[in-house]
Amino acid sequence: MFGKLSLDSIPFHEPIIMVTAAAIGIIGALVVGLITYYGKWGYLWTDWVTSIDHKKIGVMYFLVALVMLVRGFADAIMMRTQQALAAGGAEGYLPPHHFDQIFTAHGVIMIFFVAMPMVIGLMNLVVPLQIGARDVAFPFMNNLSFWLFAVGMILVNMSLVIGEFAKTGWLAYAPLSELQYSPDVGVDYWIWALQLSGIGTTLTGINFFVTILKMRTKGMSLFRMPIFTWTALCTNVLIILSFPILTVTIALLTLDRYLGMHFFTNDMGGSQMMYVNLIWAWGHPEVYILILPAFGVFSEVIATFTKKRLFGYKTMVWATAAITVLSFIVWLHHFFTMGAGANVNAFFGIMTMIIAIPTGVKIFNWLFTMYRGRIQFTTPVLWTIGFIITFTLGGMTGVMLAVPGANFVLHNSLFVIAHFHNVIIGGVVFGMMAGFTYWFPKAFGFTLSEKWGKRSFWCWLIGFYVAFMPLYALSFFGAMRRMQSYEQTEWQPLMIVAWFGAVIIACGIACIVIQLVVSIRDREKNRDLTGDPWDGRTLEWSTSSPPPNYNFAYLPDVASIDSYWEMKQQPGGFKRELATKFEDIHMPKNTAEGPIMSLFALFFGFALIWHIWWLVGVGAIGMFVTFMFRIFNNDTDYHVSAAEVERTEREYHKRLEMQA
Amino acid sequence: MDPTGQVGQGLKSLIITAFGLMLIVVIPVIVMTILFAWKYRGTNLAAKYTPNWEHSNIIEIFVWAIPCVIIFFLAILTWQTSHSYDPHKPIASEDETMTIDAISLDWKWLFIYPDEGIATVNELTIPVDTPIHFRVTSGTVMNSFMVPTLGSQIYAMAGMDNDVYLEGNETGSFRGRSTHYSGEGFSEMLFDTNVATESDYQAWVDKVKQSPKSMMFPENYDQIAKPSIANPVEYFSQVSPDFYGDLIKSYKAGHGGTDNHGEHNEARESSMPMSAQAAE
Repeated sequence: MFGKLSLDSIPFHEPIIMVTAAAIGIIGALVVGLITYYGKWGYLWTDWVTSIDHKKIGVMYFLVALVMLVRGFADAIMMRTQQALAAGGAEGYLPPHHFDQIFTAHGVIMIFFVAMPMVIGLMNLVVPLQIGARDVAFPFMNNLSFWLFAVGMILVNMSLVIGEFAKTGWLAYAPLSELQYSPDVGVDYWIWALQLSGIGTTLTGINFFVTILKMRTKGMSLFRMPIFTWTALCTNVLIILSFPILTVTIALLTLDRYLGMHFFTNDMGGSQMMYVNLIWAWGHPEVYILILPAFGVFSEVIATFTKKRLFGYKTMVWATAAITVLSFIVWLHHFFTMGAGANVNAFFGIMTMIIAIPTGVKIFNWLFTMYRGRIQFTTPVLWTIGFIITFTLGGMTGVMLAVPGANFVLHNSLFVIAHFHNVIIGGVVFGMMAGFTYWFPKAFGFTLSEKWGKRSFWCWLIGFYVAFMPLYALSFFGAMRRMQSYEQTEWQPLMIVAWFGAVIIACGIACIVIQLVVSIRDREKNRDLTGDPWDGRTLEWSTSSPPPNYNFAYLPDVASIDSYWEMKQQPGGFKRELATKFEDIHMPKNTAEGPIMSLFALFFGFALIWHIWWLVGVGAIGMFVTFMFRIFNNDTDYHVSAAEVERTEREYHKRLEMQA
Repeated sequence: MDPTGQVGQGLKSLIITAFGLMLIVVIPVIVMTILFAWKYRGTNLAAKYTPNWEHSNIIEIFVWAIPCVIIFFLAILTWQTSHSYDPHKPIASEDETMTIDAISLDWKWLFIYPDEGIATVNELTIPVDTPIHFRVTSGTVMNSFMVPTLGSQIYAMAGMDNDVYLEGNETGSFRGRSTHYSGEGFSEMLFDTNVATESDYQAWVDKVKQSPKSMMFPENYDQIAKPSIANPVEYFSQVSPDFYGDLIKSYKAGHGGTDNHGEHNEARESSMPMSAQAAE
């Protein structure tokens, strides 16, 4: 009846897990209680869960990412604590069984359920506004993407309490992830969480690719698009090309584990090297999927706050495009030590270094945007400057790793860990936090507390250096990654310093939470009615904050790069005048089919993990039937009447006038 | 940090050279970032402000050329060192190269000395200043064979014949390990590497030959292949003739190799019954 699932699957003997589960339970009950008390279920359902509004979907992505950041960070500090303790024969407090799950979960959560939703969340919020569109190309698919992603997130978190998570490292290298060496459900959780959320990501990629290509407003040629939209376009190209590789690789591993096939097993013709190649053929583009939009954010932030045009717009675009192409021909640098010949290794090493050229050019272009500007040191600018310095160092260690000779001694050591945290924290996290602070007022109509934003920045920046510089040093003394314990007591002082760095980062995360709380409390004081709190340059700032669900009462007409800035520079400036005549606006309708399909997908994934075959059937049929409902549902759109548009716009202008 | 093998020493200087080359661009970038941020701060109204300046051919040429030049030199360095430090390349030496087979198991290392006809678990002894040809494979999941003081590491993969040439140039005892995560006992998958004088090495070989135990494929192998953590050092005075080759061939079942796949699996958790169970 319940497959492999029984009461024994719940680790009652693990106090850490039980306390965490209890805490999650209490917080969950509290949230449910509050929603019920204030009678907000209907609001949640109609305004958020079933919403196809790209802005709300973006907010939901980012919210989930922030919550998962806390979860992923909890894993991080547990690892750092373990390594600060387990020296010279001491076992620390986490046995290998638990430690191995934690470092796997940390990697999976931080990449798939923190970095990805932050990037996709920002794209959702910003891209349609920047290109002057009223929604994405496929609004229903957008909602479905989010809920499929949520299913993956839920599965990963279920594994904490029901059963266990994979003990394989975040990429689940075969044959360790094969049934022979990992017979329990951990890898199955990994498979289905990534498979379901990965399909969501592929759909997002297609959706935004089409949106950017087909839904730009009048006059916005490709070379007038804001840089963030350009980076989003390139990221979506990467998603479309690379995520299917992940899907197929995981599917083959699934066949091995569920049907006894031999794609990646040691024997019967299986090839573990094929697995490693495939997973990195996706994995390397993946890191550029994350970093390119961060580059886009920095470009927007630096131009806005230096009050100056971005230096070398075309160069930026071509550099981004070059990185997009090159990112597909460097994957082998993740395993020079597999034993390929010198020519192959040298080729991939040099290709990797070549990526440093367009990236270096970008860095110089940001610098020359600052040059002869008027820099306002707002929180997003601090994140940007912190990024330029930190990312340059990370790029340098990356090129060191790309020299195959050097890689033969640095591979698998803490040098690799320090390097990729250097570029992911210094690049992606800093970028996403800059974007979060920068576009938050667009989504909510009030600005975030600068005081707490800056505190968060300094904690993250200092915390990063204190946590990861010791790891660079330790790698030269022979410290490897993924060690549950080590013999050398002389490593321990640096491990403790690294732990302290993680504590400083914890303060940075706490500052983000306080920043949100304080800003929401003081929202009336920080209210921005103009819709343009930073004196912005691109179209998203030309509409109100938060924008009406149709974004623009009239679609803007674009004549240049930084089109909104140019409008403001016209004699007389840009005036938010009320139009005299309004038109009906064609919009998509909310839909429950996305969340319902995803709920069945959750049953489906959970049942496959635990071999509950009848429930697999229920999930599969449920998904199919809901999908059929969607296909034959013709009631998917409506018109916002001209009268309603007029009422909305009049209300907004009344508020604007009252403020003036 | 202090490599004693010539490969390790060479790689150390390679890392330092690459590091130095990149500092040529990294230091100016960091200095410029701080300088520009300070000079063009919004409150400094004395600084020049050009809001519409967005392009300069001269600057564009420089920002492309500088990284290109540095990467050009790094690329040459990379091409040369990828060949000179190719792990598969024999080390030139007057002394004859010696072969040792390193086999990763759950979670220990089995070393076969085919020329001496001996084997050890979790202890490696090599003569000083003698090039060693390590043939590396695995009897379990992927691992990576590394003795940091000697230099390069190489993956150990079941059914694959990998290799790395290394040489110890100072006597002493050094730690070696698997660097590639391989499951529960990974952290303790360590072994001592003794780089010994010729006479000490011979004495050690004689000591191993005193051992009553032998390492025959597959019967003794199946015993030793059972998972164990922090396995004590073991010596074997006899080894079956082509132990290393037999082990690799055992994974080629279904492709004309010797089919002892069945036996292989009975000794451990079998994959076939598992799969059948999964299919139910």
